[in-house]
Amino acid sequence: MAALTLLEARGLVCHFGGLRAVDGVDIDLAPDEVHALIGPNGAGKSTLVGLLAGRIAAQAGSIRLGGRDITRLPAHRRVRQGIAYTFQITQIFARLSVFDNMALAVQGGAARPGGRPALKREVAGALDRVGLADRAGEVAGTLSYGHQRLLEIALGLALRPRLLILDEPTQGLAAAEIAAFKRLVAGLPPRTAVLLIEHNMEVVMELAQRITVLNFGQVLASGPPAAIRADAAVQAAYLGG
Amino acid sequence: MRGGGLLPVAGLLGVLAAGQWLLPAYHHANLVRIMVLALYATGYNIAFGYTGLLSLGHALFFAAGLYGASFAATLAGLPPGAALAAGTAAGGLAAAAVGVLALRTAGVAFMIVTLMFAQAGWLAILALGPWTRGDEGIVLPDAARALAGFDLSDDAVRYPLALALFAAGLLACLWLVRSRAGRVMVAMRENEERARMLGYDPFRVKLAALAISGTYAGAAGAAYALMFGYAGASLASVQYSILPLLWVLVGGAGTVAGPFVGCLLMFYLIDYASSLTSATLLLVGLALLVLVLFAPRGILGTLREKGVRWLP
Repeated sequence: MAALTLLEARGLVCHFGGLRAVDGVDIDLAPDEVHALIGPNGAGKSTLVGLLAGRIAAQAGSIRLGGRDITRLPAHRRVRQGIAYTFQITQIFARLSVFDNMALAVQGGAARPGGRPALKREVAGALDRVGLADRAGEVAGTLSYGHQRLLEIALGLALRPRLLILDEPTQGLAAAEIAAFKRLVAGLPPRTAVLLIEHNMEVVMELAQRITVLNFGQVLASGPPAAIRADAAVQAAYLGG
Repeated sequence: MRGGGLLPVAGLLGVLAAGQWLLPAYHHANLVRIMVLALYATGYNIAFGYTGLLSLGHALFFAAGLYGASFAATLAGLPPGAALAAGTAAGGLAAAAVGVLALRTAGVAFMIVTLMFAQAGWLAILALGPWTRGDEGIVLPDAARALAGFDLSDDAVRYPLALALFAAGLLACLWLVRSRAGRVMVAMRENEERARMLGYDPFRVKLAALAISGTYAGAAGAAYALMFGYAGASLASVQYSILPLLWVLVGGAGTVAGPFVGCLLMFYLIDYASSLTSATLLLVGLALLVLVLFAPRGILGTLREKGVRWLP
């Protein structure tokens, strides 16, 4: 594990009425790791990443990114600080072209290309990384489901984030697409850390250096894959051992 | 949204410029009014067509320009150029002020809040009778309408002036919607949450769009007051919030020249209908019904969808 910490969250709390969706969670992310977040449905995984991305306000606790307190920053400012978030349900600009989708991410991202040729180059490069280079002219909503998921990830990557949050990225993808996805994510560190919510255990075990297991809004266990696999409490709650 | 677009816009402006010499007096006079109102509609389109802000309060920004210019000319004794600038600024400021409050809401609530502001403005104009003279309105003296020796009540003078204003507004709109900022405005219309998670502050983007839109409305209102010599409360009523929406819908929301087309068509539709019957609105309503059924994206919007891709 790297000595430095990219993101450090302490005592995060988010209750919806009586429901304790996230109830005192601590989590640390290294700048060069793929970290998986697993747990049964309703365990609070999506709420937790929502808190980290700033889409939901934390009722208690603190979040630091690269040593800087970002607990009170609104979501769009956290994006500028280097946290990119991809949605569980695909959220692209369906009526705009793939190029315009990507240009929106690139022109506001860390690269900030100057002129139009630079913008085009940057977009082409970002599309190439996810294998959508030949689709730039198409209307995003007409892409296949798998390609729309890839575009969603490409939007996050085009921001050149320090941390990429992926909420169930492989949901609904075909086997070949999942293999391509795994190659893509494995190649992101050390430039970009990844926080991944995933139900596909094969994907988790293969990609993640560390796993955090949530249950009823609390951290049940956290550690390397082998340790998690061996953990009796995790097996009882989730892995169905 | 990108590339091209300059040629069709230049073509439209060229045709309008030729109108100065070719149009019969009656239509020549009509076109002055249409171009001023189309400037208003072009600005409305920036908020509604491109950014997705359905405002029902633009009459307030139009009225800010109208009275801003009128008071600047009558009370402060400013020349028409300065009065025009004052009215334009008043429209932009009014829109920014309303936006700061109204943009805390979205959708139907935004419609209602903007409508309330505009109604409050209209009632204030009526209540401030000693200065505004309410419905009766302010009639600008001829002296206030003399621009560098030219008489703004003369069609031969105000046609090129209206054209110049409209051309500036249209070209600025084309430039804006093809720019990166324009792309972000469209992103807000298409998917605000996604845009936010790409690092754009929805409030700031929408406030800027509304302020630009209000600046257009202010310029149009100020030009209206100076060219037609009149500022009255009826021009601040809810009707003048609905009209630009209608023009934009008819011509094509999110198309650069759509607001002009819609404004031109509606003007002559009402003109023609009133020559046939006193039930003008019945005919206009039927025409709108046909349009909604067969061209739901407005005239230019539907044409563009059907393959006339070069339309900006």
